[in-house]
Amino acid sequence: MSNSKIVTLDDLELLKEKGLNLIYPTKTKISVGMATCGISTGAREVFQAISEEVQNQKLDCVLSQTGCLGFCQREPLVDVIEPGKPKVVYAEMSYDKVPELITNIKNQKIKNEWMLCQIGEKYSPRLDGIPFYKDVDFYKKQKKIALRNCGFINPDCIEEYIAKRGYFALHKVLTEMKPKEVVDMIAESGLRGRGGAGFLTGKKWQITRSSKGKIKYIICNADEGDPGAYMDRSLLEGDPHSVLEGMLIGAYAIGASTGYIYVRAEYPQAIVKFLQAVKQAEEHGLLGKDIFNSGFNFEVRVNKGAGAFVCGEETALIASIEGGWSGPRPRPPFPAKSGLWGKPTNINNVETWANVPVIIDKGADWYSKIGTEKSKGTKVFSVVGKVNNTGLVEVPMGITLREIVYDIGGGILDNRKFKAVQTGGPSGGCIPESLIDLPVDFEKLTEVGSMMGSGGMIVMDENTCMVDVAKYFLAFLEDESCGKCVPCREGIEKMREILNNICKGEGEEADIELLEEIALTVKEMSLCGLGQTASNPVLTTIKYFRNEYEEHIINKRCPAGVCLDLISYSIDAEKCNGCGACVRPCPTQAITGEKKKLHSLDQEKCIKCGACYETCKFDSIIIK
Amino acid sequence: MITIRLNGAEVRVEKGWTILEACKFYGIAIPTLCYNEGLSPYGGCRLCLVEIGGGLKTKLVSSCTYPVEEGLVVNTDTKRVIETRRMMIELMISIAPNSKTIQDLASKFGVTKVRFKIRNEECILCGLCVRICREQMDGKAIGFQNRGYKRKISTPFDIRSEECRLCGGCIYICPACQLRCQGPQPDTAVCNACLTMDPTCLDHYDELQCWMYDAGRCGTCVREKTEKKKTMKNKL
Repeated sequence: MSNSKIVTLDDLELLKEKGLNLIYPTKTKISVGMATCGISTGAREVFQAISEEVQNQKLDCVLSQTGCLGFCQREPLVDVIEPGKPKVVYAEMSYDKVPELITNIKNQKIKNEWMLCQIGEKYSPRLDGIPFYKDVDFYKKQKKIALRNCGFINPDCIEEYIAKRGYFALHKVLTEMKPKEVVDMIAESGLRGRGGAGFLTGKKWQITRSSKGKIKYIICNADEGDPGAYMDRSLLEGDPHSVLEGMLIGAYAIGASTGYIYVRAEYPQAIVKFLQAVKQAEEHGLLGKDIFNSGFNFEVRVNKGAGAFVCGEETALIASIEGGWSGPRPRPPFPAKSGLWGKPTNINNVETWANVPVIIDKGADWYSKIGTEKSKGTKVFSVVGKVNNTGLVEVPMGITLREIVYDIGGGILDNRKFKAVQTGGPSGGCIPESLIDLPVDFEKLTEVGSMMGSGGMIVMDENTCMVDVAKYFLAFLEDESCGKCVPCREGIEKMREILNNICKGEGEEADIELLEEIALTVKEMSLCGLGQTASNPVLTTIKYFRNEYEEHIINKRCPAGVCLDLISYSIDAEKCNGCGACVRPCPTQAITGEKKKLHSLDQEKCIKCGACYETCKFDSIIIK
Repeated sequence: MITIRLNGAEVRVEKGWTILEACKFYGIAIPTLCYNEGLSPYGGCRLCLVEIGGGLKTKLVSSCTYPVEEGLVVNTDTKRVIETRRMMIELMISIAPNSKTIQDLASKFGVTKVRFKIRNEECILCGLCVRICREQMDGKAIGFQNRGYKRKISTPFDIRSEECRLCGGCIYICPACQLRCQGPQPDTAVCNACLTMDPTCLDHYDELQCWMYDAGRCGTCVREKTEKKKTMKNKL
């Protein structure tokens, strides 16, 4: 394999040419988005169908796959690239649409209704009326830095990554820069850790770099456990080499020769893609000994998590890699001084690492111009919940929540009323409508009682009960607390018990104050980040939605109609026309009535499953 | 030697000490539960929390694990510390109301009611037994199982461990299951007997005289003194 080793800039340029030919081949190329989000909506079947159909119809083309383009709502996405023409992106493909698709490609036709957008402004548009990528509402306000290659290149192919200027930053670092210059450059750029706490990356590198010790480690934290958040997964699946390159640059700057990546085992696809990237990098001499003839050695090991949320906390993560019981330990000493195996260790999140090569390539000035005064650059959010366009978005810091929810997210499902958005996963807080014009950055989110977190963003509409939301997140944290320290283990459980009682209609007036008191104790006294942030959902929902708590406790009513013990279903006599549609879905036969006559609902039989509510087309089922 | 500011006074402490060790050296009482001089610090019970830092940027840290550093500002008795500590004791009583050690702490810090459902589990997972077995007895016969609220201490696979030599170290050190408090009230779960009883011998604490000595100090004498002062004031 020695001839494929990359040693000089010319070798890189050569591979770049090769990669460009792969991305934009001389014949038609069909590429399917095959990240986990795509596969779960049937991308694998689509890919299979396309390869069969291509053979059947004898179409001369290249088949490829790519990562997630971010618009997960409309997966599976299929790209069709013809030489000299803009790329066409079809959304919501399924295997039964494939024969028509291939026939269309053969006949140089484009199916208008299926199209999401066309990419490549330099060419004249293939179809009028179909927006270019940058003009689609979902993408218009986004700025892709970490996700720059996701959905554009084949993650299995190192040449395609190099074609997008991959590993050029590494070459620049290893041949032209001293480690200290690299650290300074990252510090100047103002990049902050994307894992949640937002510590300045340059400063962290500097501390680890100046720690005493010959052996140092770097770790990539890919133990992404927040419900509804999948930024790291998409990055690892769509562009593993960018993370790897970031780690290589970081290792050189810090003085580490071994790196670990801790991926949760629930991300099998991400592990496969990353391992493959490591293998390719090794084959090309970008990992191993004497990279680019600079004397710099580096190896990467992949560790799989075993399903504990708390392992995202750095000391717990280190304990897990060491093979011990994965619980946090008190800091100091911080990992930068004494981490893995007692050696100075630098831990950064996947997204942080992916940002590094771009900063080196384009310069600290360029990066620090994006974003707000204290939060530079962009942040990837996974916008999920009750919005029209769910997916992965990368936006510059300082964008308002309104822009994310309404412009990018396309507003609330079924034109319902917006109620709150939960940022930062289970440890974040719920931000109400009154603060929807809040610019999103580390400081502003913390000010209102939430946090940036790793980038989960759950949008809630008027049909969401905030007490129930707080209960849900606490139940998650109760289960995931390691149980080492008393406030986290017992405090969360007690809070959840109280919330349970409130939802059951057994709440007392003193409960709100008691909740606040426990929440503050848990926040102040817990050992690690999990406990210290666990009360955020409770504190923010009480702060912004206190009336909902009071409604539950005093009037024994759930305004959103969610808490089962506080609601009852009934039939509106004026609206019911006796169509009988609700009778069949009812699992307990609680609804009876003759055709075309008013139906009746037996309260004793009703289990409040909501099946009738969803079936009725005339809004005649009332939830009280 | 380095200098720290401890409750407003500048004191010299040995490098490498923890805040707790410094406090002990200067005679400042800090309650602990999962801490034992002969074992590695654990930082789980959070009773020994102190407030560090000056100005607006203060935070609570466990003094048993936090090493002293030059110029560190430590306050051991701020309102924040005391209030959160009370809540901590309240939480602990709700798990193990029969532990005399915890009931004594409750009396000492004025916790007079428990507002939570009582679980009566008797183990507060302080980990002392696990650590004494591993670190002092070289046994490694017991350890933690599960996580979160399901966490418990047991032998591997819940069967008699071959490593266990029945030395009894774990029982000796346990703050919850060995010293039984007889007095928890069924409705409030707190005992507070020491707070209400008429003290007989408690003007000054004296190891040889104290009838509670074997069981551990109940802390009444400390409280009793202040109350006497109050009655004196009233009389005047």
